[in-house]
Amino acid sequence: MSNSSKRSNLRVMSAELSLLSRPDGSATLFQGDTCVMSAVYGPGEVRINKEQIDRATVEVIYKPRSGLPGCTEKSQERLIRNTCETVLLSSLHPRSSVSLTVQEMQNSGSLLACCINSMCLALLDSGMSMKCLVAAVHCVLDFEGAVFLDATDKEEKGAQACVTFVFDSVDKNVVMVHAVGKYSVEQFNKCMSVCRTASADIFHFYRETMTKKLKRS
Amino acid sequence: MYSSSKPAETAKISVRAARPLEYYRKFLEKDVRPDGRELGEFRPTILNIGCISTAEGSALVKLGNTTVMCGIKAEFATPKTEEPSNGYLVPNVELSPLCSPMFRPGPPGEQAQVLSHFVNEVLNQSCCVRKEDLCIKTGKLVWVLYCDILCLDYDGNAPDACILSLLAALKSTMLPAVKYNEETEKPETDSVKTEPLHILSNPVSSTFAIFDDHLLFVDPTVQEESLATGTVTIVTNDNDLCLVQKPGGSPVTADQMNTCFERAFSRSKEVLRLIDEILHSIER
Repeated sequence: MSNSSKRSNLRVMSAELSLLSRPDGSATLFQGDTCVMSAVYGPGEVRINKEQIDRATVEVIYKPRSGLPGCTEKSQERLIRNTCETVLLSSLHPRSSVSLTVQEMQNSGSLLACCINSMCLALLDSGMSMKCLVAAVHCVLDFEGAVFLDATDKEEKGAQACVTFVFDSVDKNVVMVHAVGKYSVEQFNKCMSVCRTASADIFHFYRETMTKKLKRS
Repeated sequence: MYSSSKPAETAKISVRAARPLEYYRKFLEKDVRPDGRELGEFRPTILNIGCISTAEGSALVKLGNTTVMCGIKAEFATPKTEEPSNGYLVPNVELSPLCSPMFRPGPPGEQAQVLSHFVNEVLNQSCCVRKEDLCIKTGKLVWVLYCDILCLDYDGNAPDACILSLLAALKSTMLPAVKYNEETEKPETDSVKTEPLHILSNPVSSTFAIFDDHLLFVDPTVQEESLATGTVTIVTNDNDLCLVQKPGGSPVTADQMNTCFERAFSRSKEVLRLIDEILHSIER
């Protein structure tokens, strides 16, 4: 417990690409014990009522590990979809649909961040054109105001605030934020700068994963 | 032909309808919006407290044309065994077809579910109502407060209107005094005596829209929401932040976030003053 809560960098990440045969791109990402599998289909045919004449329609389906999706899952789904819409060059594929399925395998903290990172890897694997890459970093604030990166579920429970940031790979600006709890503006900014520094590790990890995949084939 | 009498007016209407983005850009270049508001200006906010006499607490909020109503109903319930002294707070947001053609009848759509989740998160994270305060008899009887928020007219920025109506309704909530009878194991309510609900903190929400990837303005209308390239919602809780949510959209810099925080805190003061004024006028 003591050494796990003193962590000031990200947990070990490992990923596997194209492990499913049917989708156009898929990825499984482990961040510590948290595991999420994502699959991308598209661009493909779109339902008439969802057709957009100037761009592709992005659909995200978030599947919880057990049970039916409720309000929390819908909210999570929207965060993932909006992030995906921001990075995907959907105007290249008008009148079509891109469908993403995000399956939670194991939640040991930082689930939303893991979902977004695995989504980004699946999109990379599918070879769809993107504006930039995104990296999601989760951190928690404890009651003394210390920042712990990439928290486990135990740390999340005893935290004063849980914050997830998504940064783009170009200017490292904030694409998505989800921050709940009780914190001051200074603490928020501190979390942002810590997470921004850590996002470089994730971009590096993407590069390594892709290099490994391309060498193999 | 009406076009010959006022050609400039007709041209304005057709530009607005055919090229809304260009129409907005022309205004925003001069730091003003088509409805005459500045970029940091909220629409006029009207608050009415206690409009539903059958509910324990209620409030009606008008933010420009956006109209939201919140009613608090209290019922008895048995607490969970793992939390024997905690009451329940059950928020629910309804976006009915009445308020906008965007919404269909039937089970709640995505936006309504996301809003419900948002309200629930604000309620839990801000701790504005302590769940222990809703306890009548530990392990036996607690209050459950159903916070039903209904949108009557949707003209953008539902989150801010929902949180404002919820806070105002909670502040006006009067719970009947209850005694738990040990022998009969039944509650005995006092029909005359009521107690106000204890509100510990004041969450206030402010929503910003991002336009053309760089301009930020507060309180978007429904048209501004559809043109915006992203939104940022900030919920302040007295002097702290309670929830910051930016669901994707154009990337923003740290400086832009800080400008939003400043505006959110000044908005929080305005809103709390408004609620206090209205509550005061009711008491008198």
